[in-house]
Amino acid sequence: MTKPILELKDVKTTVKTADGEIVPILKGINLEIRPGDFITIIGTNGAGKSTLFNTIAGSLKPDSGILRHNGQDITKMSEEKRTQFIGRVFQDPKMGTAPRMTVAENLLLATKRGKRRFLKIRRLKQNLPRFKKLAAVMNNGLENRLNTFVEGLSGGQRQALSFLMATIEKPDILLLDEHTAALDPHTSENLLAVTDKQIKENKLTALMITHHMEDALKYGNRLLVLKDGQVKADISEEEKKNLKVSDLYSYFED
Amino acid sequence: MNLIVSAIGQGLLWALLGLGLYLTFRILNFADMTVEGTFPLGAAVAVANISQGMSPYLATFLALLAGMAAGLVTGLLYTKGKIPILLAGILTMTAIYSINLRIMGGSNISLIGKKTLLNNEFLEKLPQYFNSVVLGIVVVIVITGILIFFLNTDFGQAFIATGDNPSMAKSLGIHTDFMVIIGLMLSNGIVALCGALIAQNNGYADINMGIGTIVIALASIIIGEVAFGELTLNQRLVAVTLGSIIYRLILLAVLQLGFSANDLNLISSIVLALCMMLPQLEKVLHLKKPVERGVKKHD
Repeated sequence: MTKPILELKDVKTTVKTADGEIVPILKGINLEIRPGDFITIIGTNGAGKSTLFNTIAGSLKPDSGILRHNGQDITKMSEEKRTQFIGRVFQDPKMGTAPRMTVAENLLLATKRGKRRFLKIRRLKQNLPRFKKLAAVMNNGLENRLNTFVEGLSGGQRQALSFLMATIEKPDILLLDEHTAALDPHTSENLLAVTDKQIKENKLTALMITHHMEDALKYGNRLLVLKDGQVKADISEEEKKNLKVSDLYSYFED
Repeated sequence: MNLIVSAIGQGLLWALLGLGLYLTFRILNFADMTVEGTFPLGAAVAVANISQGMSPYLATFLALLAGMAAGLVTGLLYTKGKIPILLAGILTMTAIYSINLRIMGGSNISLIGKKTLLNNEFLEKLPQYFNSVVLGIVVVIVITGILIFFLNTDFGQAFIATGDNPSMAKSLGIHTDFMVIIGLMLSNGIVALCGALIAQNNGYADINMGIGTIVIALASIIIGEVAFGELTLNQRLVAVTLGSIIYRLILLAVLQLGFSANDLNLISSIVLALCMMLPQLEKVLHLKKPVERGVKKHD
């Protein structure tokens, strides 16, 4: 078996609510993610899906447990540093892009993800042909709007841009946090199809949270069911093929 | 004529205030009250040192450094101390008041008979008030140039992204706290430089000269935006200077109407409030359509 690209060992994370109450969310997660895995993640609200992503990305630090990236302990590594190998797309199209910068400027920012940024003139014009080619892959006209301010884009285009930004420098791990949930069904389907194609073509390792059981079954080579802060089921590609949506619901019953 | 030249000179020198505040108000997206303290701080540092016989160049440079230090304090209070930015700025501003009194040893110092940046041999030869115009143009071009360069680097783009969407900036590995601190230091450095130049132009520094600083700075920014509309970022920076000059000309006109210099803060606030309410007024009064109809050909 290949070595895991990311490993979580008995990770426990608590979250502070608005009224200052400390609530345990992740209650001992064990997970080995292998290169090329495309894992879909389902779970009820409060199961800990977003907290899992925040813990992997470093915006939340676990109270106990260990995270390893390529065998190296990253439990205490800062969120900024982890962006060297983690790309992330948020659910809210507004989260992942800078509205008052142009599409091309956003992409240029993303090419420096996790790298040091110097007082060196940005090379926007020189990058435009490359950006045009990349944007065309998203199949929604983004390539014609490179010089548009992002606030002028549709939600679908904005989310497509977020996806491009997260993958323009190949990340070791791509986190997709319900990245199509805020879009209309047609746009959502298109973005999911492109996502799937890109992950396969570029051999990305990805985790995707979704609320749609159909999507969870249709995409990816592995499926995780989170429940009450733990991995309730870790379903392989083979098992997944024979599963139906109704089978998935049974995991949510007590 | 002299009055207009003087107003343009003032507008150019005061433009630095708008340029400094632009970094925080428009790019980082918050109002930094520190500037009300750093403006007189720059004046105090420059004037106190010049009156002790220091070269005006060095004294002005020290003023800039003092402003950056003040920005650093606000930045640390905000990012590391987790104090809301408005309060962090007010705290630093209030603290600087005492420091200014210490530096000046009183509530004002005069520069009479001292060499300043505005009365060197070359500038002395120019007609009256042209010294401030020439110095203003040079300084504005240098600072605007530096800012345009800065904002067009990889580092500067990360700075802009920090203000535009901090959570995205973080997810791209940008150290947003560091960017905010750098922004506050740059901004307050420029504002202190402005204070140093204005004090040398006036021939004195006064403990109360900072009152209304932020309103004047915002007026330059907003008048520039209202007057010139949709612009690129580089053009916007230039518009700040033009806005500052327009603002000085408005004040000149108001003074000509018979108001006294004591009324200036009231007038400044009214001008700024009107400019900021323009979009609302436009909605209520429907000014645009009749004006457009007025200038368009009848068809």
